[in-house]
Amino acid sequence: MSRTITIEPVTRIEGHARITLQLGEAGEVEDAKFHLTQFRGFEKFCEGRPYREMPALTARTCGICPVSHVLASNKACDHLLSVSIPPTGEKLRRIINLAQLTQSHALSFFHLSSPDLLLGWDSDPVSRNIFGVMRQDPALAKDGIRLRQIGQTIIETLGGKKIHPTWVVPGGVSEPLVQEKRDAMLKLIPEGLDIAKRTYTFFKTLVPKFKDEAEHFGNQPTMFLSLVSPKGHLEHYDGLIRIKDAQGRIVEDMVPPHEYERLIGEAVEDFSYMKFPYYKPHGYPHGIYRVGPLARLNNVDACGTPYADVALAEFHMLQESGPIASSFHYHYARLVEIIYALEMMDRLLKDPTILDARVRARARSNRSEGIGVSEAPRGILMHHYKIDDEGLINWVNLIIATGHNNLAMNQSIRQVADAYVDGNNLREGMLNRVEAVIRCFDPCLSCASHAFGEMPLAIELRAADGRILDTLRRG
Amino acid sequence: MPLPANRPNVRVVTLQIDGQDLSAREDETIIEVCREHGIPIPSLCYLDGLSIWGACRLCLVEVTGQGRLLAACSTRVTEGMQIQTNTETLQRYRRTIVELLFAERNHVCSVCVSNGHCELQFMAQMCGVDHVRVPHRQVSYPVDSSHEMFRVDHDRCILCTRCVRVCDEIEGAHTWDVMGRGSDCQVITDMAEPWGDSDTCTSCGKCVQVCPTGALVKQGTSVGEMVKDQHFLPILARRRHIL
Repeated sequence: MSRTITIEPVTRIEGHARITLQLGEAGEVEDAKFHLTQFRGFEKFCEGRPYREMPALTARTCGICPVSHVLASNKACDHLLSVSIPPTGEKLRRIINLAQLTQSHALSFFHLSSPDLLLGWDSDPVSRNIFGVMRQDPALAKDGIRLRQIGQTIIETLGGKKIHPTWVVPGGVSEPLVQEKRDAMLKLIPEGLDIAKRTYTFFKTLVPKFKDEAEHFGNQPTMFLSLVSPKGHLEHYDGLIRIKDAQGRIVEDMVPPHEYERLIGEAVEDFSYMKFPYYKPHGYPHGIYRVGPLARLNNVDACGTPYADVALAEFHMLQESGPIASSFHYHYARLVEIIYALEMMDRLLKDPTILDARVRARARSNRSEGIGVSEAPRGILMHHYKIDDEGLINWVNLIIATGHNNLAMNQSIRQVADAYVDGNNLREGMLNRVEAVIRCFDPCLSCASHAFGEMPLAIELRAADGRILDTLRRG
Repeated sequence: MPLPANRPNVRVVTLQIDGQDLSAREDETIIEVCREHGIPIPSLCYLDGLSIWGACRLCLVEVTGQGRLLAACSTRVTEGMQIQTNTETLQRYRRTIVELLFAERNHVCSVCVSNGHCELQFMAQMCGVDHVRVPHRQVSYPVDSSHEMFRVDHDRCILCTRCVRVCDEIEGAHTWDVMGRGSDCQVITDMAEPWGDSDTCTSCGKCVQVCPTGALVKQGTSVGEMVKDQHFLPILARRRHIL
């Protein structure tokens, strides 16, 4: 008799989601789906608003990565203004973006994923959370909280507040950096870098223990899409689109982000509120690709900062050849990126022009269409607006980083479920692994994080006629 | 109306505000006396230099012997008057009034260009409005962005009519007026034409400066950047009255 297992809500991710596993007659997994269950409607309700409101409006998509939306949105507005922003303005934007990358990656690794990695997939769900980590390894938990605080403090120092800062504006940033603030931020970097290096070194010792998970957690051949700098280096703020295939061959390179529609199509499915972007030339659903830290590191030739480049070389050694395929290694890539972010912030803050007062270009809208693309912590983020002659928005398209990974996440769930879920002998740890593969992608389901580990989780096995055959509860 | 120049033979009256013995000129209103003596009294439609409108009702005060609440902006002081400006009843009414203003249109502070510099927002903080207890009307209002320099967002308008009065009384253009009745009221430019098409607007920007919220703003401002300056108004009002 065929049955369905529902995991709802998926915990320790940002947002609301559900997973369903369809079991066949013999209890084997026949199908797996990842459902985004929350509806937001940003693309619709932004219509009619002045384009200058868009950075603040779209930032409300998220409480974890609002800076990413602020940046992509402001870049779309820069495009509408048709201006080149002053170099110092751009550098300051880069710093706030890297600060967010640091805090967001720290949240993902320490607060959301380390309970699985440290305490084990099958450990008691009551303590499988950051508090459990605090008990087991207080130094690591403290490091995680401090690292996130450093990122948040830099965002606050630059933007005026930790969440939803409005300092970045169309044309640049609203205020130049003053020396006291620069010095205060520079003081934080060495401590952050120490934590990042320490954690990276520790995680390297953990990786061999998770050989099995690395093999089954979204270990699949897909393409990788990200921005790279014109030199092919790691790039989070600007850059050009590069796509590599599963064998590591460059399929598309140095594509201006404004041409994204040539590369990316968007499909919808009736079981999720999340779009299914795909690589157009390969069609849907074959045009599957991944974005985010794993894709970025797979795509670049170098990071461009000393310690991160060493870590990048070690990252590539996780596999004999080709791009790193396992989604489990998103965790690894995230730690490499934290190191890069801190090193790069240090470099930018020490730049002799960083205190320059010219940080904003002023103009009116000079185009009717603007596209802004940047790398959010979770992957490439696209904001595309059309405005009327009076500067009011009449069309919006947003492709959120997590959306790009949608096809890959669905495929990964299937792979993990195939490997671990036995419908005839259901155990909580099995289903935690199904959730954990989603955590590898660190999906930002468009809202702030939930109370990790304390959320009730109900898994029901239903017969084809809807009868509940078995139930497993958590929390 | 613009305040008159010093008139001779104006009597001085004595009165009590919140138990404080005060004296004032008999041609002064309660709100003027309160402001002179640093007694906080909320208001949104009242603005020194413009005629009295008495629409927002936030400046309501209790006057001993009166069976009803009186608007401090439109009530002149009298001899022996005993006034209470901050009783529990008044606090309750004021909070409700501010909540109704928020519920009437779509005021979304977090994305508003006036965020942090908005009189309505300040009033909400002052009156302890941490949430709105009445259902929002959720009516959609268009943004008129047709003017080269300014923009009107009716979602943020509280119908205080400061724009109407400053345009008529100080600038003398009378571009702004009010159209419709009840909850359908709306400020309009000329004969409800787009602002950018107005023949009468001199683009002086006074309406933008006196607007207490993010309803009338400068083009090109981003969130929180619209800071208004109203210091010009009483000076201009007095100078024009003298002339």
